[in-house]
This record gives sequence, structure tokens and C-alpha cells, in this order.
Amino acid sequence: MSATAAATEIREFQVEIPQKKIDDLRRRIAATRWPSKELVDDRSQGVQLAALKALADYWASEYDFGRIEERLNALPQFTTEIDGVEIHFIHVRSQHEDALPLIMTHGWPGSVIELLDSIGPLTDPTAYGGSADDAFDLVLPSLPGYGFSGEPAEVGWYTGRVAEAWAELMGRLGYTRYVAQGGDQGAAVTDDLAHQGPEGLIGVHLNLLRSALGTTEGLPAGSEQERAALEEIKTFRTSGFGYFLEQSTRPQTIGYSLLDSPVGLAGWMLDHDTDSYYKIAGAFVDGKPTGGLTRDHVLDNITFYWLTATGASAARSYWEGGRAAAQAAGKAPPPVTVPVGFTTFPGEIFRAPRSWAEQVYPTLTYFHEADRGGHFAAWEEPELFSEELRAAFGSLRNGRTS
Amino acid sequence: MSTTTETAIGIRPFEVEISDEKIEELRSRIEATRWPTKELVDDWSQGVRLSLLQGLARYWTNTYDFGRIEARLNALPQFTSEIDGLEIHFIHARSVHEGALPLIITHGWPGSVLEMTEVIGPLTDPTSHGGTAEDAFHVVIPSIPGYGFSQAPTEAGWDSARIAGAWAELMTRLGYTHYVAQGGDQGAGVTDAMGRLAPDGLAGVHFNFLDAVPKELLMAALNIRLAFSHDDRDQLSKVLATIMRGYIAEMGEHPQTIGYSLMDSPIGLAAWMLDHDADSYEKISRAFLDGEATGGLTRDTVLDNITLYWLTGTGASTSRLYWETGRAGTASIKNPPPHVKLPVAYTVFPDELFQAPRHWVKNAYHNLIYYNEAEKGGHFAAWEQPEIFAAELRAAFKTLRNGSGS
Repeated sequence: MSATAAATEIREFQVEIPQKKIDDLRRRIAATRWPSKELVDDRSQGVQLAALKALADYWASEYDFGRIEERLNALPQFTTEIDGVEIHFIHVRSQHEDALPLIMTHGWPGSVIELLDSIGPLTDPTAYGGSADDAFDLVLPSLPGYGFSGEPAEVGWYTGRVAEAWAELMGRLGYTRYVAQGGDQGAAVTDDLAHQGPEGLIGVHLNLLRSALGTTEGLPAGSEQERAALEEIKTFRTSGFGYFLEQSTRPQTIGYSLLDSPVGLAGWMLDHDTDSYYKIAGAFVDGKPTGGLTRDHVLDNITFYWLTATGASAARSYWEGGRAAAQAAGKAPPPVTVPVGFTTFPGEIFRAPRSWAEQVYPTLTYFHEADRGGHFAAWEEPELFSEELRAAFGSLRNGRTS
Repeated sequence: MSTTTETAIGIRPFEVEISDEKIEELRSRIEATRWPTKELVDDWSQGVRLSLLQGLARYWTNTYDFGRIEARLNALPQFTSEIDGLEIHFIHARSVHEGALPLIITHGWPGSVLEMTEVIGPLTDPTSHGGTAEDAFHVVIPSIPGYGFSQAPTEAGWDSARIAGAWAELMTRLGYTHYVAQGGDQGAGVTDAMGRLAPDGLAGVHFNFLDAVPKELLMAALNIRLAFSHDDRDQLSKVLATIMRGYIAEMGEHPQTIGYSLMDSPIGLAAWMLDHDADSYEKISRAFLDGEATGGLTRDTVLDNITLYWLTGTGASTSRLYWETGRAGTASIKNPPPHVKLPVAYTVFPDELFQAPRHWVKNAYHNLIYYNEAEKGGHFAAWEQPEIFAAELRAAFKTLRNGSGS
């Protein structure tokens, strides 16, 4: 094997978690030193003690720590080194010929775990109310510093560099015509990918309008819907924005806590947005999960962060985002020329109106407001999410895909 | 009992007692720390550096004497008294000099009464510290509710104004009818609120941090091109950088969330507390990594303060003060509190987060009787430079010593 072949080699991967690590985690959860109860009756001081205690109880006494291994090892997983970092990814090919290759990127505090339940509907649509023409070949990479991907040992891994790595990955997998999808940090990667426009990329779909979280300057604000979206962004930026600012500026500082305290990590991860918080709190406190946001799924994701010890390295991706934004200030990226699909989910941090999506993406070819679902749309409503991708990418299935 | 204060109604002497069990537990947690990988930069731009925190952890477990807090605090006259439903812990050191001026000093975050202990000598016993008997103070140093050995509030509403009311009550209980108040950081907020409350007996205040800024600074920002010099703009951008900090946003918005980490991980707590401002960070970093302490910011005193937060289990309750401050700040835009009419004194320390120009201070406090730029010291001025700090208070309050102290 030549040196280059070795460098681009794709290796099979299996998750193996030593029992010792699980025992240590269990011991730490049991030894948690709890603060006193918050002084309010809602989320306005952060994650409520009752929610986190219910989570810890379930984690220590009922949760099956073998779930992560089982769920991930049931899927074809691989690693390959790209740009100096070992990238972990799930690669599920559809049995249907001419399936459309799709690379989906998770976000924070998510991981490939949040995308697992959309694999069935996307790759095997006939088993989920779709037709063979709806099929995708699916690639789900872990962002550098997340899950079983290696973590960057140098600065510079902003979402644009990740996007370049994803284009390389799709090339290595032999895909010459593919689409990309993302929400949250995944939306940033996918947006960068769309601006870069690598050969083979024929369209993207997003479920978060990333640019509006940075600045709403220049976005239309006349209609009721537009004003509501502005208000929602303002609320997000003034009620629980600390995690964003801390991770963007001081990832190492918060990293110590996230590596050392499982309950501290869980609190930090649950404190994302109001909608998902109350849905998850409802699952633990009242035993009433919303869609796929079940106790087990939520703990799969938190346990995954803990066992891979990626609290600090994942937080650093925000720091890279902040740095990249500062460096790009005033410089317009190349325009997006591929078709863009966008779905607004009603529980998202803000409900992006069509006018905003059109302004940010002049090549918008699909826009839809889904009936249900929030920030973690694929996780919460995998079937609905999959239907959105089928509809969004329907018109792009005119050629051979690989 | 020998002094009037100890027999006053509702005031009880207090001694710190820390069980070995708690110390052993802390030690074992530090040893079991699961560390992140090293930051990817060669400075503090990603936060507290791994080498510093590992140096701190080594010293904490191998060399640090866990009996220090007990020894330091129990060497001082400590008391508690229930005020407005909360048991308030305070140090009360009376001067031997008659006519000493009573002074209440309020600490900040991530500080505690421990940042103030070294000013007690120079303030209460000036003749041993280069001053005269006329410079003497009776010193009261309370722990803010939710900090140290003061009880934590069990209801929302304990903002600076309510704390200020409690401090006025405390001074009255101690029999002081003519006194002054001092504060930096969150202590400046409390002292500012005392100035606005203007309780009977309060004769003046001194700040080493400008906390009354939100409204005034907003005005400044609006008029920046018209009225502000280059230096003003520099300072203003420092102020804005001070406000746009992750720790302020997190504790101001969701103190409970970060509270879980601060309660459960000693190293997480230490990191959070060290990540305050660039100057103190550098000084503390040199103390741990190069063995070169700056003034009172030694390895031992830094760890005294962190250990106090840990052993009192106050990571969440201390953070909630920022939430209260944020809420009160928002409310004050609609209902501004009265202006401070009392005499105000101000000292700028050169390494403070920003160096408030005299006209900013004057704008916030019209009755400015003293303004000085100290030669040394940063955000933790009393801690780092206790003698300079004490000298500032002597100078600042000189003209307010016209009445009987108690």
C-alpha cells in the first residue's frame, strides 16, 4: 500500500467502552454534591434542581450503559484521517439504486446520536411510508473534537475547515453528486460548504438560519412573523446565552467542569434553549417524553460526551466560530450557487420566516414550516424531519448519484 | 462578655469549624480530577490554562495547609446576626483608638471576607502601620448573603439594595451612629446602594470600582463621538469587554446551571474563579507557576479563598447575586433609584479592569470629595495591596471624621 493510500484509508470502527470507565461515571454521579434549589419556579435561573436530580436518579439506577455501544455498533462505522484529524463517521448505504448521497452534520450539544433515528426513514423509505425514489445514502460524521472523531491539536478547525474535510470525505467515499444537511453547528458547517461549493455538491438543506443568530441587521422586520422572530432571538440572547458566550471565549475554563463533573456536564448540556429544556425536563420529571427526546436518548447523548471526554474539545468549536467570525468580518464569502432548502420547526430558537431564508439564500428552492419539532428536529421528530429532506431534495434527483 | 457588641441583642460570636471529613473529601476529589486536554493556544485566550490549574491542584493537595481558613478567621472576632430572615456572618474588629471611624467593607465575587483580612491591621491599628491614631477605623466586614458563612437566601429578591438595607441595620445593631462604607466589585454595587439609601448614620462612601455605570455609560456611548476623548473610548471599550464575559452572562442569566459544576468539581470551581480578569490571572499564574507572588495574592491566600467557596458549598448561591444584580439593573431602567447625595470618594487602581476617569465618577456621583490614582494594585486591591488600600481609605475619609464613631 502506498503512503497516500494509507493516508486516505477508510477503516471500520467499533465502539468499545471499558467497564472501568462506566464504574467511574456511576461512582461520580452517586457522589454528586448538589446545590440548593433555584429560587424560582421556572427555567429563569437555569436547569432546575428537580429536573437534574430526576436525570441523575435515572442515570444511576435505571439507565443501561450498554446502550451506546449497542446503538452505534449496530451501524456501519468508519474512521479516516482527513487534514490531520481522524474523522469518525457512520455510513449507511440504501439498498435502493440511485439513492441520493447525503452528508448530515450534528450540532452542540448534540452528536451523531441525535441523528440515529432518521437513518431508517432516510435510507429505507419504503419501510417508513415513502417510496424507493426517496432513498438516501447517508453519511453522518462526528465533528472534530466530538464523539469518536479525533480532537484538533491546533487552532483553526472552524466550520469552514470542517466543510472542506466533509467534501474530501464525500470524495473518498466515491460520491460525485451529493447533498448536505445541518442544524445548529451542523448548519454552520453546511452553510460554509454551500458557500465553498465543492464539486459534487448539488444542494443543501438547513433547519437553522445560522447567520441571523449572529446578526439580524438588514433582515426584514415589517411583518408580524418577522417581528416575532426578532423577539425570539432577543430572548435567546438575554436568557441563557451564557453557554454560548463562555464556549465562544473561554472553552478551556468551562472545560474543566465538563470533564470532571457528570452532573455539571448534564446541566450545561440541558441548558440550551427553552423549548428543548422543557421537553427534556418533562421526560425526566413527569415521564412524558416528546417524540424522540426520551430519557434514554437524552442520556445516550450525555453519556457519549462523558465517556469520550469531549466537553472541552466540543466547546472549542464555539471558540473557533467566534474567531472565524471576527476574521471574516466585513468580507463577504462567495455566494451560494447551489439550491437551498429550509425548514422552520416551530419550537426552534426562532422561527425563521421565509423572507429571511430568501434574503440569506437567494437560491432558496424549498421552504416549509413543519407542524412539530424544535431545535433538535431530527432527534425529536425523525420521520417528519426525513419527510422534509425528501421534499427539499426531491427536485435534485435527476442524475446518477454515485 | 467584655465588649458592648457581644452583648448586643441578636449578635452571637462565631467560630469556623471544618470537619476533617470534608477536607478529606475535597482532597480526594482534587486527586480524582479528570482533566481536559491542553488548550490550543499559548496564552489565556481560551481560558484558564491547563498548566496553571495543574500547578494549583498539585499545590492544593501536596503543600496547602487546609487548617489555614480556620486559623485565619478564628484569629478574628467573628459574629453572626439574623437580619431580614438571614443569618449574616461578619468580622468586627474594633480599634483601640477612641474616636475611630466605623467602616463597613463589602467584598465581591470571586472574593469573600478573606480578601479583606489583611487591611484590618492597617485600618484598626494605624500606629503599627505607619499612620496615626487619627487614622483609625472600627472595621465591619460582612459576608454577602449566599457567600461564605452567611446564610443563602431561599427566595429571590436579595439584590444590592436589600443587602444595603441589611448592612444599615447591622451597623445600627452594632451601635454605630456615624459611619462610612467601602466596596469594589459586587461590594461597589452594595455600597452604591447604601449611598442611594442614605440610612441614618452613613456619612460617606468609598469605591474602588465604578458600579453605578449602566445608565451613565449608556449616555456616554451615545455621545461618544461628540464628547469623549481617545482615552475615554479606550476605557469604554474596556468596560464593554468587561460586561461581555461568559461568566457574567452565565451567572447573570443561569446561575443554577453553572452552580452544579461549581458545587461538584473543585477544579471546575477553581477555574471558574480564576477566570476573572487578565491582570489578576497573570498575577495568580506567576504565583503558582513561577513562585512569584504579587503582594498579597499568594498561592496560599488564593487557595484559602477557593477552599472557602468549596467548603461552604456556595458556588451556586454566590452566582445568584449576579442574577439578582441583572434583574435589579433591568428594573432600575424603568424606576431609577435616587441619586447619591452623600460624599463619595474614589480610588482608581492602575491594574483594575478599567480606569474610570474622574469625570465619569463625578458624573455618577456629584458629591465627589476625593479621587486618586493609586500607584499599584488591581481588581483585588485590598487583597493585593492592603497597605496602599488602607492608606487610600485614610485619605478618602479624613474629612468625614467629624462626629463620634459610636
